[in-house]
Amino acid sequence: MSVVSDIEKVLGNAEKLNPELNSFLSIERENALARAAEIDSKTGEQKLRGLAVAVKDNICTKGMRTSCGSRILHNYRAQYDATAISRLNAAGAIVVGKTNMDEFAMGSSNESSAFGPAKNPWDVTRVPGGSSGGSAVAVASGVVRVALGSETGGSVRQPASLCGIGGLKPTYGRISRYGLVAFASSLDSIGIFGKTSRDIAEVLGVIAGRDPLDSTSADVPVSDYIANITNSIEGKTIGVPRELLGDGMDADVREKVYAAIDNFVSLGAKRVDIELPYAKYGIAVYYIIATAEASSNLARYDGVRYGFRADESDELRKMYFKTREEGFGPEVKRRIMLGTYVLSSGYYDAYYSKAQKVRALVKRDYVAAFTKCDAILTPTSPSVAFKIGEKSDDPLAMYLNDIYTVSANLAGVPAISIPCGLSNDGLPVGVQLVGNFWSEDALLNFAHTYETAYPLNEKPPVYAD
Amino acid sequence: MDVRKIAKLAHLEISDEEVALYTPQMVDIVKYIEQLNELDTDNIEPMLGGLTAEGEATKTIREDVVIDSLGQQAALSEAPSAVAGHFQVPKVL
Repeated sequence: MSVVSDIEKVLGNAEKLNPELNSFLSIERENALARAAEIDSKTGEQKLRGLAVAVKDNICTKGMRTSCGSRILHNYRAQYDATAISRLNAAGAIVVGKTNMDEFAMGSSNESSAFGPAKNPWDVTRVPGGSSGGSAVAVASGVVRVALGSETGGSVRQPASLCGIGGLKPTYGRISRYGLVAFASSLDSIGIFGKTSRDIAEVLGVIAGRDPLDSTSADVPVSDYIANITNSIEGKTIGVPRELLGDGMDADVREKVYAAIDNFVSLGAKRVDIELPYAKYGIAVYYIIATAEASSNLARYDGVRYGFRADESDELRKMYFKTREEGFGPEVKRRIMLGTYVLSSGYYDAYYSKAQKVRALVKRDYVAAFTKCDAILTPTSPSVAFKIGEKSDDPLAMYLNDIYTVSANLAGVPAISIPCGLSNDGLPVGVQLVGNFWSEDALLNFAHTYETAYPLNEKPPVYAD
Repeated sequence: MDVRKIAKLAHLEISDEEVALYTPQMVDIVKYIEQLNELDTDNIEPMLGGLTAEGEATKTIREDVVIDSLGQQAALSEAPSAVAGHFQVPKVL
């Protein structure tokens, strides 16, 4: 089989399913086939030779549209590749398309995309989760094996959970953010979706590591993630936080997550009880820090250097105001204004400084917990995929979807979501494992061992040929 | 909460309908985040960013040598309006 014929098949599936799933904002047929032909013409070993990858539309891909799901960048073509993309390309991978997302990665359902939501392949009347919903759908619907997303508070893990696939958020600083459009810089990281943990491990090994173009990327050796998958978790300890298994999750989710704990124990892991007393403040801390950073990061969209500019502005300031008013959607405006409010004179200490202090306490929780266990287990999301439109009028209810995921971003620790069964309605449930700093290999081994013993064999009704 | 004033600070020209929509939502969210006030954080050092200890220790200063940059042509190629090697904007005054 040639790489061209493989990629032709991927593109065909993407084009066939997209009218129903809306997971791709652009399908890069011409670029992808040209790359495939180039790879076919060369011989030699490449780690990811011919691997088709779908990429969230907030990761810069040279010459391809990079819209961030926003009207304000609807026509923007990136002028350079993100470091993650240039490393994928160098390893022989092929970007086949850019995926749908909540506008500027702000949302948990994909409904804030300016181009309509992606649909969940398990039930197209339901959301795929967000913000990296399109990437999750591209993998869950069988179009690609792996996809890149991005995380600020759970935007890879939550859609992975709702779509029944794997999703990894690495340690802060593990993957370069160069070319990832900034939302909240102290929380953002590129993440990876995969059909299996081994797929995720392959991609992580290629894109992780220090990058001089991102001063927050850390100079920490990159493990051989594939070699460290041993398929044994004998004697490893799993911490179960009482606080996070209390009320507030659907009965279906509770049942599957409790079963997952028993399954891990049957695979040789030891269960220990731990405490994360500050985790319940995670959402409050997150919506101060993330909105504050966003209000500053999104100041750059003013109609001058790239993207959309409102017509008929005869004066500069008017042009700024009209461009931003017409270019941003409601959720982005709400967050920019919240961030502006918490940073404004007289409120800074009460909100922003306070949040930074509680963030330190959230991190301290994790540091203490990891003296007692190798990984922490929680649900990924309090519910299975909800109906499109069900929560879109209530921003606070939407924010609470991230209750189990945000604190890993606040602390900077890695975490993975893997499927742990289907609900009574046939919708995927995900279980989350949070690891200590730089323990991606341990998390991937936990995940691999689990999914080998307890695979999710069912396929969604909307699925590629 | 004066949403109109906040919008002005954020360079957003919002409509009366938007003020009516956002005000109760933002009041709700602020009420929610104010639960942090129940915590005593007097002796806690704020966590300023997301860096790990290893990230903090990573050398971020490079050798002072010329490297390729985007270049003027590419930098202007996505501008809504560019003239003679410059970004063009409506009149300032």
